[in-house]
Amino acid sequence: MRWLRRNLIGIIAILVLVYLFIPIAVVIALSFNNPSGKFNTSWNEFSLDAWKNICGVPGVCSSFVTSIQIGLVSTLIATLLGSMIAFGLVRYRFRGRGTTNLLIFLPMATPEVVMGASLLALFLNLRFPLGMGTVMVAHIMFIISFVVVTVKARLQGMDPRLEEAARDLYASPRATFRYVTFPLVLPGIIGAALLGFSLSFDDFIISFFNAGTLVTFPIFIWGAAQRGIPVQVNALATLVFVVALLIVLGAQFVGNRRRKALEAPVPEPILVDRLSRS
Amino acid sequence: MVAVVPTSAAAQPASVMAQRRGRTGYLLLFPGMAWLAVFFAIPFVTLFLTSLQKPIPGKPGKYTSGLQFSNYADALVEYWPQFLRSFVYAGIATLLALVIAYPLAYFIAFRAGRWRGLMLVLVIAPSFASFLLRTYAWKTILADEGVITSTLNSLHLLPDGRILNTGIAVVAGLTYNFLPFMILPLYAALERVDPRLIEAAGDLYASPQTAFRKVTWPLSMPGVVAGTLLTFIPAAGDYINAELLGSTKDRMIGNVIQTNFIEFRDYPTASALSIVLMAAILVLVFTYIRRAGTEDLV
Repeated sequence: MRWLRRNLIGIIAILVLVYLFIPIAVVIALSFNNPSGKFNTSWNEFSLDAWKNICGVPGVCSSFVTSIQIGLVSTLIATLLGSMIAFGLVRYRFRGRGTTNLLIFLPMATPEVVMGASLLALFLNLRFPLGMGTVMVAHIMFIISFVVVTVKARLQGMDPRLEEAARDLYASPRATFRYVTFPLVLPGIIGAALLGFSLSFDDFIISFFNAGTLVTFPIFIWGAAQRGIPVQVNALATLVFVVALLIVLGAQFVGNRRRKALEAPVPEPILVDRLSRS
Repeated sequence: MVAVVPTSAAAQPASVMAQRRGRTGYLLLFPGMAWLAVFFAIPFVTLFLTSLQKPIPGKPGKYTSGLQFSNYADALVEYWPQFLRSFVYAGIATLLALVIAYPLAYFIAFRAGRWRGLMLVLVIAPSFASFLLRTYAWKTILADEGVITSTLNSLHLLPDGRILNTGIAVVAGLTYNFLPFMILPLYAALERVDPRLIEAAGDLYASPQTAFRKVTWPLSMPGVVAGTLLTFIPAAGDYINAELLGSTKDRMIGNVIQTNFIEFRDYPTASALSIVLMAAILVLVFTYIRRAGTEDLV
């Protein structure tokens, strides 16, 4: 009883984590299912058909590729624009900071249905043709804010003495940025890009409003939900889940090792060497 | 997403760093801010203008610019139940999420030790599986012949005898889907709490309950406020859970906006409803800003 009381919070924490993964387990399990009817919602019998023939249903793989294309382009542009904003916010003084902060925050606080509707209203009024371009424009818009928040946190968490040290060692501003600031911020930028890609890849509501006849992976799933989602969709989603999880766990592992290396008392001679050469 | 990136308390030397003046700052900000202005701020103006348009007689689905403020009254008279339902469902889901998320966030912040990083990864990992498929999976979990429904039924706890296609399923789906948005800000706030303060309360003969009520909970308030906003806002505007897990009696305001905009092409009504929803949410956000200031937002 005493043991239970002391560990109660830990037990609840683990139960909550399990709860978070219940639907994931269902999605993965149903990718190995051979559904009895057209709806893949209850277990019937084990089958590898969907995995062996992952593009076997028309539209599955083409919508998947469309989503990856949109994700890559939107993430690239949004990461660039958002990182620039983060640098500007942290390093420079300028007028209108309150308005700027608000304009960055509001896209994260606006329900997707409102953002989707308002952008569609703009495109309709401009008679702008809907398709991949409009979806990318929308995705870049809502990813920028998340990039700013992530990169800004990384910049603010940086030890300013590292840059001061570079300057003391006569590094030019450009060399300081190239060899000190940028490598230190890079993990934040990569993290922001990964977050941005996952937001773009999984976005349904804003895409649905602005896609016209274009079919992204989530739009394909939405359409299929009415007449039964093909098992291949579960297989592809499982694949994405596993790959993303491996990337994040890998980053976590590398981060831990780097942190341990940084905690070691020996200074890094490579850094000093590079600075003196530049 | 105020605090998705956990910033540790010790690492806040930004104020130490001199901020430079000059044109470079504006040049860095300009492209991104221009993008947000053109594709986020201006669309709100067009949305507002669209909400005031009036139909062209004899041409269904065609509208001309006007100042038809009655669109708002008409939309609200017709759809106030869905509005009310959205706020009630989102409110219940937010409260449930707070109750579920707090112990986990607390554990990660104070007790997880070297498992902290891994546990945070596990919190965000479910988001890597498609939102739509995760929601759809609840159809299987809450199915009429499933374990959960039959157990609750044998205890006579379900008024309708089922969960799927009722409001309970919609609230359950909302609670689940937006839970990480509650856990992460709570964790970020709790991580900044100095555990010595809680120990000090114990040293001064406060019971664990009193220490929590007087020390931990008040200090975690920024996380509670941020998490509540970040859960409530997307939940109130969501229509995926209501569409996949509820019946037509459980439709929320998002469903109405979506069908009016895309299926009925009743742009003025859908725009008016979007503006009202956004206005309600802005009231919430500005209440928060008055407490915390804009610098804490991003």
